[in-house]
Amino acid sequence: MKYTEEHEWLRADGDAYVVGITEHATTQLGDLVFVELPEVGTVVSKDDEIVVIESVKAASDIMAPVDGEIVAVNTDLADDPSLANSDPLGNGWFFKIKPSDTSQFDGLMDEDAYNALIG
Amino acid sequence: MTSLKQTPLHALHLSLGAKMVPFAGYDMPVQYPLGVMKEHLHTRANAGLFDVSHMGQVIVRGSTFDAAARGLERLIPVDVLGLGENRQRYGFFTNADGGIEDDLMLANRGDHVFVVVNAACKDADIAHMKAELEPDLTVTEITDRALLALQGPAAEGVLGALDPRAAEMRFMDVATLDLNGVEAWVSRSGYTGEDGYEISVPSEEAAAVAQALLDHPDVEPIGLGARDSLRLEAGLCLYGHDIDQTTTPVEAALVWAIQKVRRAGGDRTGGFPGADVILGQFGNPVARKRVGLLPTGRAPMREGVALFASEDAADPIGEITSGGFGPTVGGPVAMGYVSTDHAAPGTTLYGELRGKRHPLTVAKTPFTPANFKR
Repeated sequence: MKYTEEHEWLRADGDAYVVGITEHATTQLGDLVFVELPEVGTVVSKDDEIVVIESVKAASDIMAPVDGEIVAVNTDLADDPSLANSDPLGNGWFFKIKPSDTSQFDGLMDEDAYNALIG
Repeated sequence: MTSLKQTPLHALHLSLGAKMVPFAGYDMPVQYPLGVMKEHLHTRANAGLFDVSHMGQVIVRGSTFDAAARGLERLIPVDVLGLGENRQRYGFFTNADGGIEDDLMLANRGDHVFVVVNAACKDADIAHMKAELEPDLTVTEITDRALLALQGPAAEGVLGALDPRAAEMRFMDVATLDLNGVEAWVSRSGYTGEDGYEISVPSEEAAAVAQALLDHPDVEPIGLGARDSLRLEAGLCLYGHDIDQTTTPVEAALVWAIQKVRRAGGDRTGGFPGADVILGQFGNPVARKRVGLLPTGRAPMREGVALFASEDAADPIGEITSGGFGPTVGGPVAMGYVSTDHAAPGTTLYGELRGKRHPLTVAKTPFTPANFKR
């Protein structure tokens, strides 16, 4: 598992990564009420704003953690955004991305570094 | 940087695990560990306790209630004089342009008028009343009392357990109750669309009264986050957003608050700031109107979203002034101003969100049925 400074987690899954947001992020955001996911097949660059999430409080963006192609999205999450609150590391995943450059993954934070970030 | 003021319940909020935010110069709870969504739903299903001590509590006193009422009618376009003893009514201060300086509650408490105004406006409101009403009347800000709101269908049972007279009150009644030996100035009103009470108690007793209410299993503490989503579903205006110095009561769809006696042809017509503008708008088409708006999709549309008559129209015909997710509605809800020719319920409009236009429907408010005990 790797983490970004934008509070995303990535888990290797075959030749792609499953991406979601951390429990710390969902706690800060509050109850999610809306998630707009990218189209499968979209080619994205690292830091592109590809997901819109809205909590009861405000809208935020989720950025592509690495360069690559979106190969799957969690339609259950679009139907029930609260999955990101109840199960952020499991059923609350957002999308799967197939990286064009695997070295970007190696440069992300490990769990210890992320825990140090969120204090 | 000026330091934030604290209400008498500040320590209680912290002990309850509230997340605190600055609001109108006060350090206020935006949510408790329950979270905005569950706090909202709990209030509609049971009862919620809100700290609204940041709001301004003011006593306007003359030789008689009538003298105070007549004075206030020079600032407020509602029937204050006709307010029965121990009754409360909604109103607003207007300006010379017909705009709204603040909205407020007025109560006839026998020999004086008790006024509750918004926190962000209270200093200006009190200065305005003092400048216009003194020395004939006295305007006194009550700074040694906290204000609580207990809202929701269980509120009557909860407050009635402390003083059974609470249950005898009807919507917009006011009374002095005895809550565990504490003198409480209570009105049966609120800002959620639910039955409930607003409760003024001495500051030093406020935490004990709040704790006594929270000790009831039906009551949870509720923060400003859910207060906003509750009032939005109820179709109630938030000053500074849905109404302000540039919106008239007619544009704001608040004509119901201006009783006939203050309108053209009434016994005490006019005589308040902007009367010519406001009364001139009765029966005449205004350019824009405040309406309820229901986004068709799931995406919330918030304050500032531009509204268009079609998917490709070049110029907006309005703007959202409050919007978000309505937990009881189970979807997004909003209100805003639209040009009057697009204000009929059922009209489809388009809100621009992140460069894309999404449909919404002009809808009647409240979005959730009001549960007042009339």
